Amino acid sequence: MATKAQSAEGSGTAVSSDGGVRRRDFLNIAPVAFAGVGVVAALAPLIVQMSPSADVLALASTEVDISKIQPGQGIKVSWRKQPVFVRNLTPKEIAEANAVPVSSLRDPQSLAERTKPGKQNWLITLGVCTHLGCVPLGIGEGENKGPYGGYFCPCHGSMYDTAARIRQGPAPKNLEVPDYEFTSPTVVTIGAKGK
Amino acid sequence: MSFAWAKPYEPKHPVMRWLDERLPLPRVVYGAIGGGYPVPRNLNYWWNFGVLAGIFLTIQIVTGIVLAMHFTASTDGAFNSVNQLIMRDVSAGWLLRYAHMNGASFFFLVTYIHIFRGLYYGSYKAPRELVWMLGLVIYLLMMATGFMGYVLPWGQMSYWGAQVITGFFSAFPLVGEPIRVWLLGGYAPDQAALTRFFSLHYLLPFVIAGVVILHIWALHIPGSSNPTGVDVKEERDTLPFHPFYTAKDGWFAAAVLLFYAIVTYYAPDYLGHPDNYIPANPLATPAHIVPEWYFWPFYAILRSFTVDFILEAKLWGVLAMFSSILLLFFLPWLDRSPVRSGSYRPVFKRFFWLLVADVVILGYIGGAPINAWRVAVGQIAAAYYFLHFLVILPLVARFETPLPLPTSISESVLHGEESEAAPAGKTQKRRGSAAAAR
Repeated sequence: MATKAQSAEGSGTAVSSDGGVRRRDFLNIAPVAFAGVGVVAALAPLIVQMSPSADVLALASTEVDISKIQPGQGIKVSWRKQPVFVRNLTPKEIAEANAVPVSSLRDPQSLAERTKPGKQNWLITLGVCTHLGCVPLGIGEGENKGPYGGYFCPCHGSMYDTAARIRQGPAPKNLEVPDYEFTSPTVVTIGAKGK
Repeated sequence: MSFAWAKPYEPKHPVMRWLDERLPLPRVVYGAIGGGYPVPRNLNYWWNFGVLAGIFLTIQIVTGIVLAMHFTASTDGAFNSVNQLIMRDVSAGWLLRYAHMNGASFFFLVTYIHIFRGLYYGSYKAPRELVWMLGLVIYLLMMATGFMGYVLPWGQMSYWGAQVITGFFSAFPLVGEPIRVWLLGGYAPDQAALTRFFSLHYLLPFVIAGVVILHIWALHIPGSSNPTGVDVKEERDTLPFHPFYTAKDGWFAAAVLLFYAIVTYYAPDYLGHPDNYIPANPLATPAHIVPEWYFWPFYAILRSFTVDFILEAKLWGVLAMFSSILLLFFLPWLDRSPVRSGSYRPVFKRFFWLLVADVVILGYIGGAPINAWRVAVGQIAAAYYFLHFLVILPLVARFETPLPLPTSISESVLHGEESEAAPAGKTQKRRGSAAAAR
């Protein structure tokens, strides 16, 4: 038995030119590898078709008129099918946000970092809880703002402060600040960079 | 494979013989659910629930196919196609829709009983590990199918359920958010998500049916387990599946279907949430988002993590929820006790019922609005769930002294009836204790 195996291996090395690879091995591997590359290439369109389509991406920016929002009020607008909170903070709310030591926060950011220079009263964030995506309460008149005076998510009890920073509850991050710019003193364009 | 005494398929009609030589499909059916499959004779009613799950899968596929003939998978049309067209305009549409809604609940109910049957009687142990694991695959597919089906009517709970559940993926660092956007085909649930959920909701039941065939195939290699957990040894331990178990499954299925009909006709919305009769509104979250009742225990585990510890609390919650099911795949190797049936394991039995109570508590916590004491109870219950599988089961298997097992299945069920039935003075002695003891 051993001699037979040895002789078979011997004949194998005799055929191959180097490294014990026979012509038959090459003939097996080459078509399988070729077909494998083809299969993977065919998978690509099946996977990318699930990404956001051009019409979804086209809803990239929204213009908001903020002239009617009084201090202490806020509005909810829709951007890329997601709610955005536009809030005009009162001086007291700004003071409350600035009174918190930034280093004590779960997601350390100051109010200044979350607003535009000179427009610290305009707090513009996504109205999407960073826990599991619910819309927090607190932007509408009379809604529960939570113990930190910002927003309160009814789903799992995340509490945000007046700079929409996470203070208590399961959410890991502050409410996200989208890309926006003041295109005039009373108009804000959200998603201005087309992102 | 089957036992040596399994009756072979012998077609009598010439047409059946002709067919058998060309495509032996009736032979396969006969060997699987006919007279050719010997089943332990001592199965109790807990063994009826596998067949029931198959019946409810069939009901879901049949009602689902006809509902799909009227459903419109668009964000503008979905809600009205369900609540106006199907519920009011389509002939018998209300019945089909309620049958499908409650059919899902009953499918999960009988599947949960089937799973707990397997947990109590050690059905996951060798040589049936793959039967158990294929069953878990079916269960995971059922969860995906159930979730996507709940999204289709595009009510408030549909929409926010989709938002929260796809939000699980965003818990994973770096890749999470791109995966979530890819799954939804947008930044929030919308047309793209609804259409793909409909496509997959139609596909997955057929995948489930395929895995069910594998599940039954793997089961029929060693044959069904039984309440004693003792292996089949001889022919008198078994009965042919047909007519004995077809009859028992048949009448029991009729009884459960009656219960299903009562719920479907008289309390069709009892198991649903009223908020799903409000059209989806992406700008307003309902005050209290809950999934369907069959997800409540997992939802409670998800909500139990409130404090960051190395990883974010959100990621812990998602990981714990996924692992609560995934750890069941390792169950055959966590519980190393050679005794299968809980009836012969006094310590295991007590912990089994504690686990049942624990899952019921988790279910209550998962379905109720969140508050401080409920979070605390949920955390204890969630911790106990993992403790049961990861610590208690291995330890019990190691230290428990099981009760003596019967020598065979027939020994445990035939308490001397043979001698009682025999003519007076002609009692034949059977080996074993039951007859000798008299």
